[in-house]
Amino acid sequence: MSRFALHRLWAIVLKEFIQMRRDRVTFGMMVGIPLMQLTLFGFAINSDPRHLPTALRLADHGPYARALVAALERSEYFTIVREAETEAEAAALLQRGDVQFVVNIPEDFTRRLLRGERPTVLLEADASDPAATGPAVAAARTLTATLFDRDLKGPLTRLRGQPGPVDFQVHAHYNPENITQYNVVPGLMGVVLTMTMVVITALAITRERERGTMENLLATPVRPTEVMIGKIVPYIVVGYIQMTLILIAARFLFRVPLEGSLVLVYGVSFLFIAANLAVGITFSTLAKNQLQAVQMAFFFFLPSILLSGFMFPFRGMPEWAQWIGSGLPLTHYLRIVRGVLLKGSGLTDIAPELWPLLLFLAVALLVGVKRYRRTLD
Amino acid sequence: MAAPAPSTELAIDVAGVSKRFGDKTVVDGIDLQVRRGEIYGFLGPNGSGKTTFIRMLCGLLTPDAGRGTCLGFDLLREQTAIKPHVGYMTQRFSYYEDLSIRENLDFIARVYGVPERRAAVQRSLERLGLANRSHQLAGQLSGGWKQRLALAACLIHSPQLLLLDEPTAGVDPKARRDFWDQIHQLAAEGLTVLITTHYMDEAERCHRLAYLAYGRLLTRGTVPEVIAAARLTTWIVAGPQLRVIADALRGRAGVEQVVAFGNTLHVSGRDAVRLDAAIAAVRDADHTWTRGTASLEDVFIGLMDATRDNFA
Ligand SMILES: Nc1ncnc2c1ncn2[C@@H]1O[C@H](COP(=O)(O)OP(=O)(O)OP(=O)(O)O)[C@@H](O)[C@H]1O
Ligand SMILES: [Mg+2]
Repeated sequence: MSRFALHRLWAIVLKEFIQMRRDRVTFGMMVGIPLMQLTLFGFAINSDPRHLPTALRLADHGPYARALVAALERSEYFTIVREAETEAEAAALLQRGDVQFVVNIPEDFTRRLLRGERPTVLLEADASDPAATGPAVAAARTLTATLFDRDLKGPLTRLRGQPGPVDFQVHAHYNPENITQYNVVPGLMGVVLTMTMVVITALAITRERERGTMENLLATPVRPTEVMIGKIVPYIVVGYIQMTLILIAARFLFRVPLEGSLVLVYGVSFLFIAANLAVGITFSTLAKNQLQAVQMAFFFFLPSILLSGFMFPFRGMPEWAQWIGSGLPLTHYLRIVRGVLLKGSGLTDIAPELWPLLLFLAVALLVGVKRYRRTLD
Repeated sequence: MAAPAPSTELAIDVAGVSKRFGDKTVVDGIDLQVRRGEIYGFLGPNGSGKTTFIRMLCGLLTPDAGRGTCLGFDLLREQTAIKPHVGYMTQRFSYYEDLSIRENLDFIARVYGVPERRAAVQRSLERLGLANRSHQLAGQLSGGWKQRLALAACLIHSPQLLLLDEPTAGVDPKARRDFWDQIHQLAAEGLTVLITTHYMDEAERCHRLAYLAYGRLLTRGTVPEVIAAARLTTWIVAGPQLRVIADALRGRAGVEQVVAFGNTLHVSGRDAVRLDAAIAAVRDADHTWTRGTASLEDVFIGLMDATRDNFA
């Protein structure tokens, strides 16, 4: 006897599609929510994150250069995590999102500083999340202007004050104009998907229970996996519709430049949408009634929106919050979407964010199948 | 395709089946044998455990105790093998109200992997007399029509065993008669039917009956067997002052039940001698007094009264 039958899966998928089409209000909400959120989150959310990972490209090992690096670290905005040997290495770190900044100090730094030639210090920033980089850049700017005041004695005192001893340059990558919407709008895609996908499937099985149709369904030969997957498939389509709406709005309403491959975004989104639907289904098997299911969905939604890096820059959060955030699919999805859409990242760049999504999907499905009650007991 | 059911004489053969909810034993050690092709009536007052027992037969509830087979499959270990061969009609309508009649039938047919599905659905719609309303939502049907749809749906995969939980509740007399004709025809073709009902006329149309109260099987057999086993003597009284007569009879030694049936009064008791004595004391000329045999209903009401005393 076959364990899993496609004809039964297909029966469930068709039924769900018909029911979805009949439920006009819910269907309207699924289209309406993305649009509403887009308008609501069109404005910026500010914050002051610190300890941002920074790579150092240090060509001058003299005391002044060291002092500058130490001062940057003391500011608490920058934490040097890597030393980059070459420009290419530094660029790769920034691209992958391993670091938020690269500090470049040229080899003739000390010499030119002492000669009063205002050596250039280049701060390269990943500005795809302007809320994260803004305060740090401002701090670095003030710091370099006054840092050497004590050291510059005698004839060098003339170097103090305007325009400062160092020529401080900032190069913002990916979102040079620091437009917050660039960052928010792609992120919103993940938030909307989390919100609607989890709620919609959280109701899926509790609704059958409450309406009494579960008794019939359980008496038929359908298997738990067939029911669960059958209830997930139709909403993957809905998820893609929502994504498309947001991408269109991002492009034409907010004029977000879409750098990377849309095919990649659509491909990866499959994992994310399925992961959220699986969470919803799992809640659905745990909840006693529809109200409980919705409450569970919100219990999942709140940390997702707060701790994923959507609302507040991820690196600005305390460590425990980052730990929780790392366990949420939205966190990884945000990095992927921002990476691909704003930075033009490719598959290899986002690979480290893919396996957490996969793992999450697998665990959620497993819990759901285990918890699915085959009887009315 | 599902494995064919092993063929045995008995479609249902269970012993000692029990089910508890919390500390309440709802089904208490039921033994039941139902032959293939038989229509077996399941009767009992509200809350006596009929629905619970049926749910255990089709794998919706796991028995706490007991063993047995359903269509030759083990009740506890082979629940998934039983399901494809059973049609279960729930007491409460449990098809999708937001799906049309045709969509509901189509869904069930797909789930069971019915061969030539479209034709099967169409045949079912026509037999139901709903072919021209097949696009109406199931939720918009009247109660009786919902019952008829549910019956059609649980027959669509040609099951070998039909479990019907009050299938005719709220169905008009004509539809009920059609329904019973259909059931008898299906049974003649070899389908086994276990059916719960509260209607006496339906009980009398079953090949055999079981009566359940407080989770226990009190009596079973054919209608004459059940009546004979009750050893009940019944006097039927007709006339103008039945209320007065009833009050006078109640409480007398030998009178176990006094029940008004329309324009007559049924007075019954198991001890014929004492019952006759009680009647003799009250008997008058204004009323007609007939000594007869108990009807099925007298028997069941008697059983219900007796058990209520036991469990009070
Ligand atoms: N899921 C459950 N949890 C707790 N108690 C239950 C549950 N299902 C049924 N019961 C109890 O079991 C008893 C038997 O219920 P059941 O539905 O089997 O009766 P029934 O004979 O079908 O009654 P009716 O004629 O009213 O349909 C009732 O007292 C009911 O309250
Ligand atoms: Mg019942």
